[in-house]
Amino acid sequence: MTGTTQSSIRAFWAVLGRDVFVTGREMPSFLAQVLVQPVALLFIFGKVLGQLGYTQPGYAQILLPGMIALNSFLVALQNTSFPLVLDFSFSREIEDRLLAPLPITWVAVEKMLFGAFRGLFAALLMFPIGLLMLGNVAWDLSGLPFAVLCMVLGSLVGGAVGLTVGAAVPPRRINIMFAVILAPLIFTGASQFPWAQLDQLRWFQVVCAFNPLTYVSEGMRGALLPNVPHMAPWVCLLALLGACVIFGALGIKFFLRRALD
Amino acid sequence: MTAAVEVADLVKHYPKSTRNAVDGLSFRVRHGEIFGLLGPNGAGKTTTVGILTTRIVLTGGSATIGGVDVARDPVAARSKVAVVPQRVNLDRSLNARQNLLFHASYHGIGRSERHALATRLMERMGLADKSKARIDDLSGGQAQRLMIARALIHRPEVLFLDEPSTGLDPQARLFVHDRVNDLRSEGVTVVLTTHDMEEAEKLSDRVGVVDHGRMLTVDTPTALIRSLPGSGTIDARLRPNGFDSDKLTGLLSDIPGVRRVEAPGGSTALDGVSPETELRLYVDGEPGSLLGPIAAKLHDNDITVSDLSLGSASLEDVFIELTGRDLR
Ligand SMILES: Nc1ncnc2c1ncn2[C@@H]1O[C@H](COP(=O)(O)OP(=O)(O)OP(=O)(O)O)[C@@H](O)[C@H]1O
Ligand SMILES: [Mg+2]
Repeated sequence: MTGTTQSSIRAFWAVLGRDVFVTGREMPSFLAQVLVQPVALLFIFGKVLGQLGYTQPGYAQILLPGMIALNSFLVALQNTSFPLVLDFSFSREIEDRLLAPLPITWVAVEKMLFGAFRGLFAALLMFPIGLLMLGNVAWDLSGLPFAVLCMVLGSLVGGAVGLTVGAAVPPRRINIMFAVILAPLIFTGASQFPWAQLDQLRWFQVVCAFNPLTYVSEGMRGALLPNVPHMAPWVCLLALLGACVIFGALGIKFFLRRALD
Repeated sequence: MTAAVEVADLVKHYPKSTRNAVDGLSFRVRHGEIFGLLGPNGAGKTTTVGILTTRIVLTGGSATIGGVDVARDPVAARSKVAVVPQRVNLDRSLNARQNLLFHASYHGIGRSERHALATRLMERMGLADKSKARIDDLSGGQAQRLMIARALIHRPEVLFLDEPSTGLDPQARLFVHDRVNDLRSEGVTVVLTTHDMEEAEKLSDRVGVVDHGRMLTVDTPTALIRSLPGSGTIDARLRPNGFDSDKLTGLLSDIPGVRRVEAPGGSTALDGVSPETELRLYVDGEPGSLLGPIAAKLHDNDITVSDLSLGSASLEDVFIELTGRDLR
């Protein structure tokens, strides 16, 4: 290993360490950011509507894996993209890291990885919260390893999409980013419904197939609730790996374009 | 021995721009030298610094730092340089001291060493009581000093200062000048860009004047001033006694050795008495030897002289001579 590679690796850890440090200090606001929305969704759709009799019994069970998937993907996406848009516009605070002795590509990868970590963390938090709120969950525990694999990949894809979006969206467009990117991703990701049962709504099923979140939701739900109709696990796995590679490459490309003049 | 900075035929073309921001720029900076890069707004100074610190990708030519090609091996180049940019880019998620500590850790400086260095640099930059301050609470001058501290903490071979004293009050400016002079005695190579001629003259061993992305001239400030045609000046204050200013100027320009005459101050009316005029004469050679002929000529024309004094051209005169008076 050359000296440069060694110092790059050291710099990579230091840059990651900076993000861990900053997140650690902002823990309360981070928790609020990642928990309020999914907990509210779970509460309204899983608990309130159920008790009022508007949803079928068992809907909460379908919802929970979807909410975990949603958190892994979306939190990773948001936590990568939003800070990046700000960093590349007025604050420029990422500049010091771009001038650190490591390849700029590695800085991009670090951003993506760290966003994925935050997504993963937010998803893991949903397990105890879901258990607590819904009382009982009838999961097939033998499916847990595959569900976790989907969750990890979901966070990574979320980070990759976040990198792409964050580096592509100009700062003055940040407020429409929510309306035209995040909201559609939330509702076409099969996290509130099983995708496989959408055959009556063919066009919507096709739309959902373009959302990487669909494969996280379907993969997790299929593994934990094998009796609910679901997409084949290998399809989920392949789609997630593919999305990881495509958005990862695209994100790095956009990041480089923004980082260097 | 390799130069600290070597720039050869450097070209930068920004996409969508109609002309090159840097257009065949060449210069060398020796180890331990303080090099001033002068030029009007938009001359390409920041772009050049950006290329040398790997933030901007060059379009053509070459640039090396201590023999390392910035385009071919940017990672190695980054560990050799540090930059204090024109705009504050401190990490707002960290406090003042943490900015130094994390920067040092990116550059692989061990924990105990970086803490010691941070303490020492905060002190040296007059920021000892600001270590816990949030970045947004620092004044412009304090942020500037913190950026200098940050730049120095990884012991760069070459330090780039992009307009280090714009927006600083005279005290802070002097403070920064003293720190730059400290660096000279420590053998750190410094490249600074500025519009402040006095600053360039005071700090730099050599200056290069850039305009439209090209190097117009490189030399020591003294040599540049001496090379200026009409580099000596004589300031005259007089009562024209009926001569209008054109005639007066013509009269004085006729004296051998006087290159050109300007009226920098205009005239001041003195309560009804004929007004006093201030003139500056740019002369070749030793200005002292022209005092006699000038006084004689004025006397012959019944022009009252109230003051004649010697001056010399400044770097500003050189700058204006080279880059013209047009606003950019
Ligand atoms: N990111 C950019 N994209 C396009 N053009 C740019 C960019 N940055 C600078 N330029 C142009 O390149 C030219 C040189 O700019 P530069 O910032 O290097 O000048 P400068 O000498 O630092 O000026 P100043 O003294 O005002 O700081 C200018 O014409 C500027 O408009
Ligand atoms: Mg500039």
